Amino acid sequence: MALLEINQISKRFGPHEVLKGLNLSVEEHQVVCLIGPSGCGKSTLLRCINGLEEIQAGEIRLHGDRVTGPGVDLNALRRDVGIVFQSFNLFPHMSVIENVTLAPIRVLGVPRAEAEGKAMVLLKRIGLEQKARDYPDRLSGGQQQRVAITRALAMEPMLLLLDEITSALDPELVSEVLNIVRELAKEGMTMLLATHEMGFAREVASKVCFLYAGVVHEEGPPEQIFGAPRDDRTRAFLRRIIEAGRL
Amino acid sequence: MAVGIQEGARDQRWRAPSLPRDPTALSAVALVVAVIIVAATWWVAATIRAIMAEEQVSSTLVDGALLVCSIASLLLLLPAFAGLRSSRRAWTARFASDIVAARVESAAARTWCWFTFGYAATVVIILLIALFIIANDVAVGRTFFYLPLMRDSFWLVLRAFWVNVYIAIISEVLVLVWGLVVAMARLLPGRPGQPIRMMATAYTDIFRGLPAIITLYLVGFGLPLTGMPIVRDLPLPALAIIALTLTYGAYVAEVYRSGIESIHWSQTAAARSLGLSFLQSLRFVVVPQAVRRIVPPLLNDFIGLQKDTALVAIIGVIDAFNQAKIIASNHFNLSPVTTVGVLFVLVTIPQARFVDRLLEREKRRTQAGG
Repeated sequence: MALLEINQISKRFGPHEVLKGLNLSVEEHQVVCLIGPSGCGKSTLLRCINGLEEIQAGEIRLHGDRVTGPGVDLNALRRDVGIVFQSFNLFPHMSVIENVTLAPIRVLGVPRAEAEGKAMVLLKRIGLEQKARDYPDRLSGGQQQRVAITRALAMEPMLLLLDEITSALDPELVSEVLNIVRELAKEGMTMLLATHEMGFAREVASKVCFLYAGVVHEEGPPEQIFGAPRDDRTRAFLRRIIEAGRL
Repeated sequence: MAVGIQEGARDQRWRAPSLPRDPTALSAVALVVAVIIVAATWWVAATIRAIMAEEQVSSTLVDGALLVCSIASLLLLLPAFAGLRSSRRAWTARFASDIVAARVESAAARTWCWFTFGYAATVVIILLIALFIIANDVAVGRTFFYLPLMRDSFWLVLRAFWVNVYIAIISEVLVLVWGLVVAMARLLPGRPGQPIRMMATAYTDIFRGLPAIITLYLVGFGLPLTGMPIVRDLPLPALAIIALTLTYGAYVAEVYRSGIESIHWSQTAAARSLGLSFLQSLRFVVVPQAVRRIVPPLLNDFIGLQKDTALVAIIGVIDAFNQAKIIASNHFNLSPVTTVGVLFVLVTIPQARFVDRLLEREKRRTQAGG
């Protein structure tokens, strides 16, 4: 049984249908990369999985349990599924350590001392233990995004969603964030990530999905998608990426 | 051909650097203005002294103050002379064909002249106010600033001012809580929240529209008339607090709401994505950020509330204003009311400074480059 199963989901914003009966599955310990042109629904898909957007049709199952539709405990779902946003979305009025420990303390009821101890271990791993008492505004974009990843990891999610987490970063800061994702992949963290970093996707992905017009147009191992794409649209998309010098 | 002519013109412009405008005339005007203002100051000071001698209220303290003011007015001559000096240097530089130095000195001269004019205008306004007060045989001064009565009634007025202060403080605490409750009610999500949202909207519409004095009147006179238990026996200040809380709760609810809505939805998204409930994300993420933003408009409303405590006089609370009115009508003199006015102003100024300081500190703490 796949960890995450998405069956025929549709998502509309007013008359505009972003996802049109999309199917996708993510196995445990897999790293699945979503690629595709802007506006193809990558971010929307991730937000739907996390329950931040409601879907109009279809269903999403996590460990076989249906997590869409009425009566679902979204707060419980979000304890298991973490998300990291393109724009970091750290809480500016809280220090780094407060950002990381807020949810463990308030949602899981972990005692403060224990939560801070754990957070310090996580921050040490990303090399930011010195910044624990600083406020987000004093950190660089790369540091902020590393803290945002840590904040999601502090809830020990079984699935981590990464929504174009390097798009808002200066080029020289991208690698420090990607290195963390690389390490998480090595440790077996299940991740679903929307990305424009094709080289990175090729390197870490167990499966690459090309989204187009609200459905998964083509999926397969990275060697196949990047090396021998079968679909015309995938080929056209990758050609543009290569022309832009991003692959 | 035409192009050639244009180029020639441009060449000429380049070769002849523009001379600065001559600031001598302006400097002379500045000096004349300064001298007139100094003379006027001395004359006003002398007039005030004469009147005080006539009234036999002269004191060495006031004489000293007048003398200091008169001498201080001489300071106005400094920028005027500095302007003249720079003008002269500008001329020297011009004759020495040192155009750059001439420009620098001319600019300096003009700046000094504007200094003179600016300070002169300020002194003129102060002198006009002084003249207004001593005009018509000190009629204005006697009506509004009759010092002996102000001195004698001061403690009575100050004691009554305490009533304004505690009505304001208790109302403010209640308004902070009540306003947040109403704001939350207006922000309830979903269709089940609709009736409550509508109630909250109706409340803010009504009590923001109702003049505070009418709310006070209706609550202050109306509630005791209803004869309901408890309400019937409330003391007048308590009724005033209820009325002011109702009025300002509506304002502050809107301040809270705009503050909460000004926090970008991505903050809520981040909080909810971590598993925090709707109320938790409000409490730990949205409201703390909103509160920081609403402190300045909140202070505005609080100053308004503090001033409106003077309205409680109409329902018969003996506050500073009512007390001062009683004294004023006994003595046919408004000076005690001036005392109340001064007290109101004095309590608001430190609050404004305190909030400035608070925001400054908060900024240093959370923002980069601190």
